[in-house]
Amino acid sequence: MDWGNLFVIAVGSILINNFVLMRFLGICPYIGVSKSLSSAIGMGMAVIFVMTIASLVSWIVYVYLLDPATNLWGVDLTFLRTISFILVIASLVQFVEMVIQKTAPALYQALGIFLPLITTNCAVLGVAVLNIDEGYNLLEAVVNGIAAGIGFTLALVLMAGIRERLDLANVPKPLQGVPIAFIMAGMMAIAFLGFSGLSVG
Amino acid sequence: MDPSLIGAIASVGGLGLLLGGGLAYASRVFFVKVDPRIEEVDEELPGANCGACGLAGCRQMAVAVVDGKLEATACPVASNDIVAKIAEIMGATVETAEAKVAIVRCQGSPDKCPDRFEYQGFQTCTAEDRVGHGHKACDWGCLGSGDCVAACPFDALVMGADGLPKVLDENCTGCGKCVEACPRDIMDLIPRSADVFIACKNPNKTKAVTAVCEVGCIGCGRCANKKTTPSGQIEMDDTGNLPVFDYSVKDTPLAAVNVCPTNSLVDKKAGQRPKWHIDPTLCNGSGECAKVCPVKKCITETDGGKYVIDPELCISCGLCEPVCPTKAISPVAVTGLRKVG
Repeated sequence: MDWGNLFVIAVGSILINNFVLMRFLGICPYIGVSKSLSSAIGMGMAVIFVMTIASLVSWIVYVYLLDPATNLWGVDLTFLRTISFILVIASLVQFVEMVIQKTAPALYQALGIFLPLITTNCAVLGVAVLNIDEGYNLLEAVVNGIAAGIGFTLALVLMAGIRERLDLANVPKPLQGVPIAFIMAGMMAIAFLGFSGLSVG
Repeated sequence: MDPSLIGAIASVGGLGLLLGGGLAYASRVFFVKVDPRIEEVDEELPGANCGACGLAGCRQMAVAVVDGKLEATACPVASNDIVAKIAEIMGATVETAEAKVAIVRCQGSPDKCPDRFEYQGFQTCTAEDRVGHGHKACDWGCLGSGDCVAACPFDALVMGADGLPKVLDENCTGCGKCVEACPRDIMDLIPRSADVFIACKNPNKTKAVTAVCEVGCIGCGRCANKKTTPSGQIEMDDTGNLPVFDYSVKDTPLAAVNVCPTNSLVDKKAGQRPKWHIDPTLCNGSGECAKVCPVKKCITETDGGKYVIDPELCISCGLCEPVCPTKAISPVAVTGLRKVG
């Protein structure tokens, strides 16, 4: 097993190609749920969870149903990629939500309210599509999913920490609330640009 | 037919069928029984999600009520009707709690209680309070930056021109958000039916209070005197420097408001109360009214053996009305403003 390759994928998704700050995916929850640190952490955990599962299932669906080279009937169905990914991810998240509501009510309390929010989130779909575009195998796809989730959580938690401090700061009236959050997001994206010079391995 | 068309229909249709069927099956297997009463209680609750019950929102409160962990009265925003409805859903009778309303327990506007030093920094009371106990001369005085106003979810607080917050009783739901927000515990809740409260938190003795504030309570204890407030609603606290109101005793101690030398007691309806008048044709000269009147020389005997009320001295307390044997005493319209606490 090529641990080095997996490490490169993970660092790449967490820092260098951070989903929020470099790819600009998942901006809606990034601004919406970053008002308090506790809900940011809850949302982050839910995203890591969903992205991991989405990577796994979408990879299987793509390889065994859609890709003409490997699927059962040898027909090119790759044009169905987006719709089948959305279908699979959404129903899978619904299913997982039901399971944890039944089996782990405490976990449901922590993650439950965030799960429906991210079933059709663009970052989740994005990670599934990118896995295919990059030509990852199953293990690489899952690692990329986890790392993308961690990268999202990192950006979200940093943002929540900054916004909790912004609440106490003397922000000019026209910039209060979301405008100053957008400015902060832009500055964080610039800061994360520094990672693109990072060479791993 | 194009094989990719058949493949597309088959795979997406099959996927949809599989997932849909799977979800339908899962929703039976993993069905969680939810008490239908939770939904009903949740619908009755105000839905403001203010958190005054101590839980995250109305839904959580509904769950707690159905679990029997909370009484319906834990929601300070819900009216008595709503509480009764929830009690009905729960199949129980609940004693209704009296609606509360917020008060500001400080009258120390900058002209009455000056600043000790000039403050520059974050314009929030919480931040100001942390810098040397705040810039006010009085350590208990209102800092006037309106943390309470910002915390109020119902637009029931406004900042007055005198730098003190004002409660709009008609908007106030008694949720207590302002009480939490105030770093100096100046905001308080009292029953809606109560009109008189002590608008000072300074527990110091006379000189220490008068040195910093013109309207601070000096702890003279005259309001708590049994003669002034026979109902016993007012008592002095353990330090003996501040009066404490027992609102379970229903009374409107206007005599206490009148006797307060520093105007620290506030009557919310000051200036709106009617003066009382004795009808000379009905007065039989028994003098019962003069015995109960808490104000000296307010009710006096005339040469003709009748009694009259001096409208200048009358404090509208109304104590004389029920004792009159001939029902000669009645209110007259407000003619002018007496001192406003």
